[in-house]
Amino acid sequence: MKYELIVIGGGPAGLAAAVSAYQNGLRRIAIIERDLQAGGILNQCIHNGFGLHRFHEELSGPEYAGRFIDMLPGTSIQLFTDTMGLEITKDKRVHCVSAKQGYQVYEAESIVLAMGCRERTRGAIGIPGDRPSGVFTAGAAQRYLNIEGYMVGRRVLILGSGDIGLIMARRMTLEGAKVLACVEVMPYSCGLSRNIAQCLNDFDIPLYLSHTVTDIRMKNGRLSGCTVSRVDEKRMPVPGTEMDFDCDTLLLSVGLIPENELTRSAGIEIDRRTNGPVVHENMETQMEGVFACGNVVHVHDLVDYVSAESERAGRAAAQYVLNGEASGECITLRNGACVSYTVPQLIRPDNVEKAAEVFFRVNRIFSASRVSVYSNDQLIAQYKREHMAPGEMERIQLPKALLDKADGEITVACEEA
Amino acid sequence: MKELICIVCPKGCRLKVDEENGFKVTGNSCPRGAEYGKNEISDPRRTVTSTVRISGSHLKRCPVRTSSPIPKNMMFELMDALNSVELHSPVKRGEVVIENVLGTGSDVIVTRDM
Repeated sequence: MKYELIVIGGGPAGLAAAVSAYQNGLRRIAIIERDLQAGGILNQCIHNGFGLHRFHEELSGPEYAGRFIDMLPGTSIQLFTDTMGLEITKDKRVHCVSAKQGYQVYEAESIVLAMGCRERTRGAIGIPGDRPSGVFTAGAAQRYLNIEGYMVGRRVLILGSGDIGLIMARRMTLEGAKVLACVEVMPYSCGLSRNIAQCLNDFDIPLYLSHTVTDIRMKNGRLSGCTVSRVDEKRMPVPGTEMDFDCDTLLLSVGLIPENELTRSAGIEIDRRTNGPVVHENMETQMEGVFACGNVVHVHDLVDYVSAESERAGRAAAQYVLNGEASGECITLRNGACVSYTVPQLIRPDNVEKAAEVFFRVNRIFSASRVSVYSNDQLIAQYKREHMAPGEMERIQLPKALLDKADGEITVACEEA
Repeated sequence: MKELICIVCPKGCRLKVDEENGFKVTGNSCPRGAEYGKNEISDPRRTVTSTVRISGSHLKRCPVRTSSPIPKNMMFELMDALNSVELHSPVKRGEVVIENVLGTGSDVIVTRDM
């Protein structure tokens, strides 16, 4: 049987895309999920704060995922769990494997890539020192604690102020561990300010900005201590600033990487700025009929935005199968001053109904500022912001009328007001 | 005047609360921020999330949370109360695990169907 749509990944992005494709007329839909149940990373994100935009209430991760999982039974969407996607070919065949079904090849008319992202590890940032047990990525520790029920340590140091690290600082503290400090190499925090407030400040956990771990020590195979040093403007450790922490665990929250092995295997163009596929306004990749959404495209800070973006991808997949490929002239989006990337990277104005939503991140902290949109050096739109930070995803709406006026390219830039 | 970061939503507004003028809040961008600022000074509260034991499921822990924020200084007491809970599968999202936990008026509820 040929599927109209195969969605790779049953996390928040894949679920929203599949449901949206169903609501827009597709019936033969399959979701390929490698875990035993759908829900993705939300299942281990047991903290609250999800769904404020989407459902106007504060839910935990599993609750948010549950609301989407509950939509499946009324549909013809097939969910293959415990099934690993291995390869996507140019003729839209999806190769996958599971213990139950063995090696399978499914044909699809369209594909949505929703594989999410994974954590950067110790190897990626090259921390010197011994290689003991007790060094975990924050997300791995979160899974051990919240899903498997293992306490990973008693005296904890956290490197990186990303949201997962902050959330784990609170979680480990509530479970009885002593979290000694959170250490961040940048001069600003990379997580949401609310998480600094409710995860660190609530428990008097110090945050060392412009500091990093410069040594890891081991005793009997287990982590026995870490050295933390201040860093200069070039992020190089400053000799003489070393502090020793007597800890048995180091959690790393040092960034996330979109998981695009399947995307690459299909020969789909990847944007080096996001490490995700280059996408159009409707989340279509550079390969016709293949769409992408969620953290596989760019790392989001709010799942609410993932759901919205993924519904757009699901709807677009349905339109592709039912009406054929979207067409029209293409505008290229470029990142100007202080903007590190934009998503989408390409917009076809003919394919935009009212406005195109553009996500981006800034590369430094801004107080009162302006987001300026230029086309061929002409300022065509401006948006005010009170505060922007690299840890917080920004978005603007570009109205269709404005896109129709743009000439070939658009640049998004930020500057102080 | 006390300065706070609002935790109501991910925006993280920088609030100023004037304790001497009836907890007047400035810097908020929504009414919920004003309410948070006032409460944070007079009666700080947090929603607590954690896990409890579960048997009969393919996993050993079931995620739970308080149905509404409880006094901040009771967070650890709540964690202790959860240690004695053992659930049996099946449980449904929203199912009450402990009613009116520690007399807070808030219930502990299941957050995942298991």
